[in-house]
Amino acid sequence: MSQASVGHEGHAGHEGHADGHGHGSAEHAKYPFLAHHFETPAQQFDSAKLGMWLFLATEVLFFGALFVAYAVLRSRFPEVFSYGSHYLDTVMGGINTCVLILSSLTMALGVYFAQRGKRIALLICLWLTMAGAAGFLVIKYFEYSHKIHENLVWGPGFYIPPHDAIGEAESVALAHAPASAPAAVPAPLNSASSGVPMIGAHPAVDASVVKPASMGPLGLGAGAVNHASAVTHDIIPDQLPSAHLEDAKMPPNTHVFFAIYYAMTGLHGFHVIVGMVVIGMLIYRATRGDFGSNYFTPVDLVGLYWHVVDLVWIFLFPLFYLIH
Amino acid sequence: MTQSNSNTAHADHPLVGHLVPVSTLLATASVLLILTIITVAVRYIDIGEFNLWVAIGIAVVKAGLVASFFMHLRWDRPFNLLVFIGCMLFVVLMMAFCVLDTSQYRSTQYTGNPPVAQETLDANAPGAPVARFKLGMNP
Repeated sequence: MSQASVGHEGHAGHEGHADGHGHGSAEHAKYPFLAHHFETPAQQFDSAKLGMWLFLATEVLFFGALFVAYAVLRSRFPEVFSYGSHYLDTVMGGINTCVLILSSLTMALGVYFAQRGKRIALLICLWLTMAGAAGFLVIKYFEYSHKIHENLVWGPGFYIPPHDAIGEAESVALAHAPASAPAAVPAPLNSASSGVPMIGAHPAVDASVVKPASMGPLGLGAGAVNHASAVTHDIIPDQLPSAHLEDAKMPPNTHVFFAIYYAMTGLHGFHVIVGMVVIGMLIYRATRGDFGSNYFTPVDLVGLYWHVVDLVWIFLFPLFYLIH
Repeated sequence: MTQSNSNTAHADHPLVGHLVPVSTLLATASVLLILTIITVAVRYIDIGEFNLWVAIGIAVVKAGLVASFFMHLRWDRPFNLLVFIGCMLFVVLMMAFCVLDTSQYRSTQYTGNPPVAQETLDANAPGAPVARFKLGMNP
């Protein structure tokens, strides 16, 4: 849409000088922003708006496909969704909902002030909208980083055992080990546990050498766990990566919830970033004084886009954060 | 030329578009915030199956408010409304047909954790299909 608005601008400049070509009417002379292929400003405005609405319809269908994926997965794994939802922070999600609603309000107010030709008020509203978008992303960043730290991710990474815990448990176990324990033991274990997904082959040799430490965080509720977890609990605080693996109530395929969570909120977050870019363009043009009570189409169109971003989040919030 | 009058846009009759008063916008935002609080509160009330539908219903009302007032659809060209409602209907249609047969999927296809995940879990972890694969049984 920014290209379209730039197009208007370019046409306006051309028209201003090209009136002598014969396209120019009284309307075009009066409104320098009116492109030569439109009769009136109202026609130009309505065309731009219809185009924007068609684009927004494709956006809705775009997100709609992911909502369909959500519906299929949720109807297949209802227990996964009600379980996984508890790992999402309702407070942060709620704050983000309010931030987006308020930024939608400031955007709508911005359109109002653009229509009234109030440049300073428009700029204030645009900056506030920008701040809302940035605030949303900052909160989202905290949510994401917290989850990634705890291995609450999509795919096999969800099942990676806490390798930091393994390392610490090993060091402690070695410290308490009898002196006859070979000093070279931790090296192969560390190389196996760090970086390389645990799914691959565990060398049987390693497992036999330091069995308790390597088995402990790996296994769930196995007999060997007790020994190692007694060691790790003293060192590792409660924010243990992959702590969810220790929850016996975790239903199978819980990673599916996080896959669709990251897919949908990630795509939404990308739209927020795009929104910040186009709002930034609006700020540039508004500072330059492009917009007035007769010509505010770009502000209106970006506003429509931003409200759709808000709309999507209005659905995402209850569907992910508020599952009973 | 009536257009020349609207050249200097009046508050109630702009050249293009429709002015939505600030009071309406503020009221819309207030209702949206109140509905957000309600939808969070409903989470903690157990009404079984209806939790989902209440949440979706509130979201639809909020979407309607945003579209009507923030997006000016209430005063806009009806064709824009048609585009918006139309694409929503097609999303619902697509979803309905996709969800229609989810109960007909092979019941054994997705049970348990995927084998790749199960190898890092204990053999007795919830949903362990690996043991069956190892026994060579047909899943």
